[in-house]
Amino acid sequence: MNRTLLQKVWDAHRVRHLPTGQTQMFIGLHLVHEVTSPQAFEMLRGRGWKVEFPERTFATVDHIVPTRDQTRPFADVLAEEMLSALERNAKEFGVPLWDLSSPRQGIVHVIAPELGLTQPGMTIACGDSHTSTHGAFGAVAFGIGTSQVRDVLASQCLAIDPLKVRRIDVTGSLGQGVYAKDVILEIIRRLGVKGGVGYAYEYGGEVLDGMTMDERMTVCNMSVEGGARVGYVNPDTTTFAYLDGLPFTPSGEAFETAKTWWGSMASDADANYDDRVQIDGTALAPVVTWGINPGQSVQVGETIPAPTDVEAKDRPAITEALEFMGLDSGAPIAGTKIDVAFIGSCTNSRLTDLREAAQVIAKKRVSPHVTGLVVPGSQAVRVAAEQEGLDEIFRDAGFEWRGAGCSMCLAMNPDKLEGRQVCASSSNRNFKGRQGSPTGRTLLMSPAMVAAAAIAGEVTDVRALVPVKEGA
Amino acid sequence: MGQGHAVPKIERITGTAVPMRGQDIDTDRIIPARFLRSVRFEGLEAHVFEDDRKALVEAGTLHIFDQAQYQDASILLTNENFGCGSSREHAPQALKRWGIEACVGESFSEIFLANSTALGLPCATATPEIIEGLMHSAEEQPCLPMVFDLHALSIQTGGQTVEVSMAPAPREALLSGTWDATGLLLSQFGEVRAIAKKLPYVTGF
Repeated sequence: MNRTLLQKVWDAHRVRHLPTGQTQMFIGLHLVHEVTSPQAFEMLRGRGWKVEFPERTFATVDHIVPTRDQTRPFADVLAEEMLSALERNAKEFGVPLWDLSSPRQGIVHVIAPELGLTQPGMTIACGDSHTSTHGAFGAVAFGIGTSQVRDVLASQCLAIDPLKVRRIDVTGSLGQGVYAKDVILEIIRRLGVKGGVGYAYEYGGEVLDGMTMDERMTVCNMSVEGGARVGYVNPDTTTFAYLDGLPFTPSGEAFETAKTWWGSMASDADANYDDRVQIDGTALAPVVTWGINPGQSVQVGETIPAPTDVEAKDRPAITEALEFMGLDSGAPIAGTKIDVAFIGSCTNSRLTDLREAAQVIAKKRVSPHVTGLVVPGSQAVRVAAEQEGLDEIFRDAGFEWRGAGCSMCLAMNPDKLEGRQVCASSSNRNFKGRQGSPTGRTLLMSPAMVAAAAIAGEVTDVRALVPVKEGA
Repeated sequence: MGQGHAVPKIERITGTAVPMRGQDIDTDRIIPARFLRSVRFEGLEAHVFEDDRKALVEAGTLHIFDQAQYQDASILLTNENFGCGSSREHAPQALKRWGIEACVGESFSEIFLANSTALGLPCATATPEIIEGLMHSAEEQPCLPMVFDLHALSIQTGGQTVEVSMAPAPREALLSGTWDATGLLLSQFGEVRAIAKKLPYVTGF
């Protein structure tokens, strides 16, 4: 009684109390990709260890894969070396790998949910901070570094500290043209990029209850941008309906048993929280970042802030951001000219994201000075989108339609900004240099807002371009 | 399992300090993603803060990591939320390989702190006033040695002693030489198998 989902999952996975005071926690699902794993496998090899639970470990390639020409060997020798290393490691240690030749390949945080690997009540770890995405299913999921990847490979466990839980209720309903991305950007704007340090964020309220799993994943994905290593939504009938029939979901009678256990892991109605926050979802508007961290944002109708708007100690950060971005205090964010429009990343590259963007772009043209890029999150998303004709809509509008991967979210492949280009991006980070050019600039927004900016050639309010929601 | 891998105890760091001013310095800035395109950590030290360093050179000045007086520094002083963003361990790896042996700041992102601890790189926090004092000392007297004592949770410098804090678990792991956790996690593996057998999604619903 009175327990949160975090507490229940914690209790079910606790192996023992360690002499350091930490908890030894069993990890139910370990996801592996090519960037943060090679050194971990090498350490296992050096110490003569094996992967203890290869059946709970799955690997794919996403960060370095080219999205245009995927012929092997890659033109990029470093990328080729990384992929070869993962292939060798997966084979040697008995870990299943979905590489480019598999229809299951894609961004690790897109494929695990769509295959039914991600399930409620699990602990999930991956050498990537956006592992918080999987919290959308009511899992406790978080990012780790390479030494901890080694820990999980060798022992299926981590030594971790407890977290507090902050319940965030988003009440009411979102207006037309306002999306899950705007909800999480607004949460980060209000609570700050370090507001969640030490906390898991539990998202709920009418807006979250009404969201699809894709939308919940967008929200949970960016928890880490608010400082919270873990973010989750309690599992409900939406979760169960999504999982029904997926390749790794139990079927038949076992599915009914699973639903009972999954449901039992949700926070109790009288759960105790360390903090509570309420946000009026009905009042939300599209949000756009203007600065160099995801908390530096305004609603699309607002103006860019000035250093004097904040307390003295925070002023240098605003000044630095304005200088880097080349933006002026007091100017409206709408009308900011863009050079590149990127729709993709583990935040916003799922089928519903592509549908929302396609709805805006349909029968229109990308502005002549804008390069538009759509990178589906997985090969499965790509195929599903093509079956619906979304690729045609994007191509007809002047967008490039690419293969699946992380792409220009972090530009470890050939997709990069050049010079001081400004990118309207559906990704998750607007850090200096994030999109591959040290001086490149990123404006984070929803996929529909990216589509609107691509047409206008500048930041613009998507609400003028989308039809009123049914029943609204 | 796990025997024969010597893990030193980390009890005390002595050296000069490099003051890295700024809030929310993310791991993309500490080590840009293009340098993660490798199957090794070796060589990352050459690229720590690379884009920031180049930008300052172009602006006619020098990044703190390029200034001659800090080349031998071993204690990194930071402000709030240092190491936020990407979970890349490459960030503390690059700092450690550059010569940093401890970080002392107002606060750290959780993943950066966990990654640093796993490398035997202690991260301690202190009040903004104490950090400002230490940064000021390091700016005025770059050769001034500091002694960071993990037992006493203090930094001694220039005849003064200031208090720092550490979360109990990382401190204990560093002091006891158990910060390389794998051996510890494998040491009672029967208990791990027992927990796995109780989880319905492992055994089958």
